[in-house]
Amino acid sequence: MNEVSHIAAADPTAPVGSGKSRAALLWMILPLVALGLAITWLLVSDPLRNFGNGAPPVENLTFERTILSSDGIRVLVRAGGSEPMTIAQVQVDDAYWQFTQEPAGPLGRGATAWIHLPFPWVLGEAHAINIVTKTGATFEHEIAVAVSTPTRDAGNLASQALLGVLVGLVPVAIGMMFYPVLRGVGRNGMNFLLALTVGLLAFLLVDATAEAFELAAESAAIFQGQAMVVLAAAASFLLLMAAGRRDGVPTGLALATFIALGIGLHNLGEGLAIGAAFAAGAAGLGTFLVLGFMLHNITEGIGISAPMLKKRPPLWTFVGLALLAGGPAVIGLWIGSLAYAPQWSALALAVGAGAILQVIVEVTAYLMRSDGRGPAALTAPATMAGLAAGVSFMYVTAMLVKV
Amino acid sequence: MSEVSAWFREKISRRGLLWGGLAAAGGSAIAGTAAGQSVHSGHGAASAADAAPPPAHLAAHGSMITVGDVDNERNGFDPSRIVTDWETGSVSKLPDGRILRTFEIEAVDKEIEIAPGIMFPAWTYNGRVPGPALRATEGEHLRMVFRNSGSHPHSMHFHGIHAARMDGVPGAGLIDPGEEFVYEFDARPFGCHLYHCHALPLKRHIHKGMYGLFVIDPDPARHPGLADVARSRLLGTPENAEWQEFAMVMNGFDTNFDNGNEVYAVNTVAHAYMKRPIRIVRNRPVRIYLANVVEFDPINSFHLHANFFDYFEQGTTLTPTLRTVDLITQVQAQRGILEFTYKDHETGLYMFHPHQSEFTELGWTGMFDVVEAVA
Repeated sequence: MNEVSHIAAADPTAPVGSGKSRAALLWMILPLVALGLAITWLLVSDPLRNFGNGAPPVENLTFERTILSSDGIRVLVRAGGSEPMTIAQVQVDDAYWQFTQEPAGPLGRGATAWIHLPFPWVLGEAHAINIVTKTGATFEHEIAVAVSTPTRDAGNLASQALLGVLVGLVPVAIGMMFYPVLRGVGRNGMNFLLALTVGLLAFLLVDATAEAFELAAESAAIFQGQAMVVLAAAASFLLLMAAGRRDGVPTGLALATFIALGIGLHNLGEGLAIGAAFAAGAAGLGTFLVLGFMLHNITEGIGISAPMLKKRPPLWTFVGLALLAGGPAVIGLWIGSLAYAPQWSALALAVGAGAILQVIVEVTAYLMRSDGRGPAALTAPATMAGLAAGVSFMYVTAMLVKV
Repeated sequence: MSEVSAWFREKISRRGLLWGGLAAAGGSAIAGTAAGQSVHSGHGAASAADAAPPPAHLAAHGSMITVGDVDNERNGFDPSRIVTDWETGSVSKLPDGRILRTFEIEAVDKEIEIAPGIMFPAWTYNGRVPGPALRATEGEHLRMVFRNSGSHPHSMHFHGIHAARMDGVPGAGLIDPGEEFVYEFDARPFGCHLYHCHALPLKRHIHKGMYGLFVIDPDPARHPGLADVARSRLLGTPENAEWQEFAMVMNGFDTNFDNGNEVYAVNTVAHAYMKRPIRIVRNRPVRIYLANVVEFDPINSFHLHANFFDYFEQGTTLTPTLRTVDLITQVQAQRGILEFTYKDHETGLYMFHPHQSEFTELGWTGMFDVVEAVA
């Protein structure tokens, strides 16, 4: 401090400026010092002591992953207690079982540990895990249908990638193949297609948001699931709006790219969900379900193509856009099946929802502009028909994939 | 996985500031899951093709047990000791020549370890659960000096014959913290009884740990026809010394307040006699004083492996009320005496447990270690 004032005094050229900045520095330091004092007082005097009534600490435990193998059962748990909590015993189906905890010892707030149980589980049957803590609190987790969890070998990753391509990439590409046909459409046809896009995106928005909230509710309280979903969605919406409008209003290829990105993020979430279903052992994804996903996602390809109808983009653009929109399904499947945790899936879906909202806004704006009539275009019969067609097509095909 | 996440982060982070925000969100999400994965990498050895259920090579009984050991020292009582630890009080003579037996019992709040690592905020008699196994002789005058050092009103309600004033119910010997009461009555009838707190709410006071055995030995002089049998039951006689007697109270603990027990045991500590079997000498007869105080479940039971026993319901008879059985059931507060021997068996470990599998698997199971006579 002395040295600083010495230098300041020795510099005749900037006495006023340094005085100002010193004052500013002081005003910045003062509140920080006050904060420091408050924290010190809190720690030293412990005013919360008076609230201590001998009650045991609040404990919370969330199950994030379950792995069934020939070794038995492994669960990843996350602690959410007011103090570090200790897992004392573990019951499986109302019986105490030997277990090992990794890492051992008390679990701090937010910390995770793997619990390994050498339990001879039965294929296709249900099992209940009940963790008893030091205070006697219990946390139950149900394994609805016990099947071996797939592991991450090359064969599995390849077959999952194939599935991702089938439900993500292929339908988008098929949808894009309508491009030449669509090029000939007039104003009404254009409005219909753009409204169709908005309709399908609106459905995806509702779907992704609901799914995100559902997953958020399953995740540990420490992640504040609902707030996280809302904030992540809002942030991604605003960031994408800002990015999209940096060089003016997006049209043509730029708009198509944003649509593809929004759909891609949604497909990432969809992939996570399918992958998680694998990881949870509920991999009842029959051919019918995959077909449903394909049909469901074909509209996405049409939606992406719609803003580019007035241009004639090179073929590689279509390849790139298809990859952007459909590729994330593969990545989602991998992540979902290998490292599933509800909060990350919720986050991905929330980001996707924000991105979709941005695209809805931009496509709607584009529709009004390209039509030339402004807001009146929104209530035109072709637009309304497109909206209805988009939403109902998605709704009906979603019936095929809901289990 | 790590390649994918690295690629993902690198590709996205190259795009401007605004993209950076997204990358941070997405990247941390993926990094988080990747980290979770690496912890788990040791597990990757299991084959994915192995869809069949695991083989039963994991010895079911070996794995089906609580992990670790209970700190008996901290608890202040050891199941291996209280199984043979009888509280006989102090003895003096009344002016009329009869024996006066005085017990001192104190109610104490105490956190006890009921299974390795599981703490239970118990209410106890003399700091242990079950409370001391009181033992007197038929016809004696008993004086139970009860002090309440706990945080709630408590009492001692004895299953026996006594005056209404001595009943240990509200208005008759139920005392507040800091108070003292003396229960006084004659020891009768002989048998295997119990005592427990009768404060309200009853269910909570009992399941918190306030109960214990109350055994009245028969006076051989009063049972001329069966004096030998009575003498074998009377603590302190040479005939009784031949027997190996055990005090067992079947109990349970609801640790999460859902009106169901998380831990079942005999003498409180889950699996205590599984981890440290009760030693019995092969050619000496065995007598178990057994009571059921389990709360929230209507019935408990006792099943002996590889053997049959005679049963004396309530212990109030000198001839068996059931002969040659290997299983008896008891509702709450029911109790009795079991007599059996392993003298014609080979030595080894013999299991005993209730024949409700659920109770067995939640801690109430034990072993007798039958050995040759120690030289």
